[in-house]
Amino acid sequence: MSVLVYTESESGKFKKTALEVASYAKAVADKMGTSVTAITFNADDTSVLGNHGVDKVLKVTNSQLESFNANAYASAIAQAVRNENAKVVIISSSADSKYLAPLLAVDLEAGYASNVVEAPSNTAPFTVKRTAFTNKAFNMTTINTDVKLVGVSKNAFRVVDNAVSATAEDFSPSIPELGVSVESVDKVTGKVTIADAEIVVSGGRGLKGPENWGMIEELADVLGAATACSKPVSDLGWRPHSEHVGQTGKPVASNLYIAVGISGAIQHLAGINASKVKVVINTDPEAPFFKAADYGIVGDAFEVVPKLIENLKTFKAQQ
Amino acid sequence: MKILVCISHVPDTTSKINFTENDTKFDTNGVQFVINPNDEFGLTRAMWFKEKQQANVTVVNVGGPETEPTLRKALAIGADSAIRVNTAAKDGFQVAKELAKVVQDGGYDLVIAGRESIDYNGGMVPGMLAGLTNANFVNNCISLEVDGNNAKAIREIDGGKETVSTALPLVIGGQKGLVEESDLRIPNMRGIMMARQKPLQVVEPVDAQAETDSVKFEKPAPKGAVKLVDADNVQELVDLLHNEAKVI
Repeated sequence: MSVLVYTESESGKFKKTALEVASYAKAVADKMGTSVTAITFNADDTSVLGNHGVDKVLKVTNSQLESFNANAYASAIAQAVRNENAKVVIISSSADSKYLAPLLAVDLEAGYASNVVEAPSNTAPFTVKRTAFTNKAFNMTTINTDVKLVGVSKNAFRVVDNAVSATAEDFSPSIPELGVSVESVDKVTGKVTIADAEIVVSGGRGLKGPENWGMIEELADVLGAATACSKPVSDLGWRPHSEHVGQTGKPVASNLYIAVGISGAIQHLAGINASKVKVVINTDPEAPFFKAADYGIVGDAFEVVPKLIENLKTFKAQQ
Repeated sequence: MKILVCISHVPDTTSKINFTENDTKFDTNGVQFVINPNDEFGLTRAMWFKEKQQANVTVVNVGGPETEPTLRKALAIGADSAIRVNTAAKDGFQVAKELAKVVQDGGYDLVIAGRESIDYNGGMVPGMLAGLTNANFVNNCISLEVDGNNAKAIREIDGGKETVSTALPLVIGGQKGLVEESDLRIPNMRGIMMARQKPLQVVEPVDAQAETDSVKFEKPAPKGAVKLVDADNVQELVDLLHNEAKVI
């Protein structure tokens, strides 16, 4: 009876969310007086998991699983859960984890709570706090099944240092029919993605045209941030759809979200609300974003942003 | 090709979110309900399959009689028929189980659902339905082509997109990109008139059990007022973000 956590890696390296879910799993295991087992797919060095409370690592190494496949990953995790007799399964809120989670839940007959933002307040009944109504409310939910599946929101649970000595063993699950095969992947390399970014810099229609995005990119570069945009901007074709954040676009849960020339339509705010600190730069003091933001500058982006870039460069140089 | 489009009946985005009965129930008072935006992209894509590939399109919802206007709207947009499973939606698993029965009885080749509803945001019904009916599954689907028994889809991944090939029977968790916002259809008068004649079948539930219970809702703590920085003193913002917010 342990807590099993799926720790995601990319090109063999763990993502920050992997350490967040490991820390979460440790918090659950402590409450239940049990240990943490992690499962990894084609990860290189798993010892880092031991720094965050993982007692045992099941390492799956399989060339068939080089590209993510929801059926195969879900089946492998389910096999690990059964082998370990795990009662609680923890995953992240990445696109891949949210893809495999419902398949895993059906396989394990596990009740599933997604978008969970805190460690369980109680383990019997197992009670978690999750976001609902697109971040406009929280929902206390109990999971009533024998095996419980918890999807932890990104950037909601802090990475906790908790050094234990993790043992690693090879795990060779049987691989089911894949059903879906990857033909090609189109991924921007060398750029921070919105999903992984600590800081997101986002531009709206106030920037007047795609030719003015240079300063948004420069501001993002200085901060090591990802770039994003509002819906009208992607609808107008100024920026690719993959940058659209908001209710029907990508969700953002960064530490810092900087909105430049975005008025703050309710659909936009719904998608970025989970960000911890929000900054708005807009000429219109009546823009609804000022009600949602923590810090604001009423001013012309074409004057404010270049100054901000300069000041941040000086600040970074001093650090 | 027989297509089933799952329609979630959700509060309009601009609705005030409040709770009643000791914060255990969503307050529907004065709230306008709409087709879940992610489902609407899927419904519009289904209309494309109907017009270009002679697909037959059924829409389905698990819910009480109050959800019928939303199904009628989907019929007015162009779906051929509608099914309402006559039970309150309790959690993702229960809804998926009810839908699985509809899929099995109707022999659908393709099920189009939204990646998540904008009310409970569970994001689990499409995948669970695929799991329960042994269908292939593509989530966060932003493009879908079907040729005979084969399907080609594009799914959004963190930092890009991935093109995949798969086969029917298939369930997708769809989103914007399946069609563009500008392709969404507003029902016209003729569509609304025709929708009244189209079949809306009410089926009784299989009484699937929920696996989770919603105990209580909470609203986030009210946010403090925005701190305004003068446009001529941008350095102050840098200082605040570093010293006060501690995010840079």
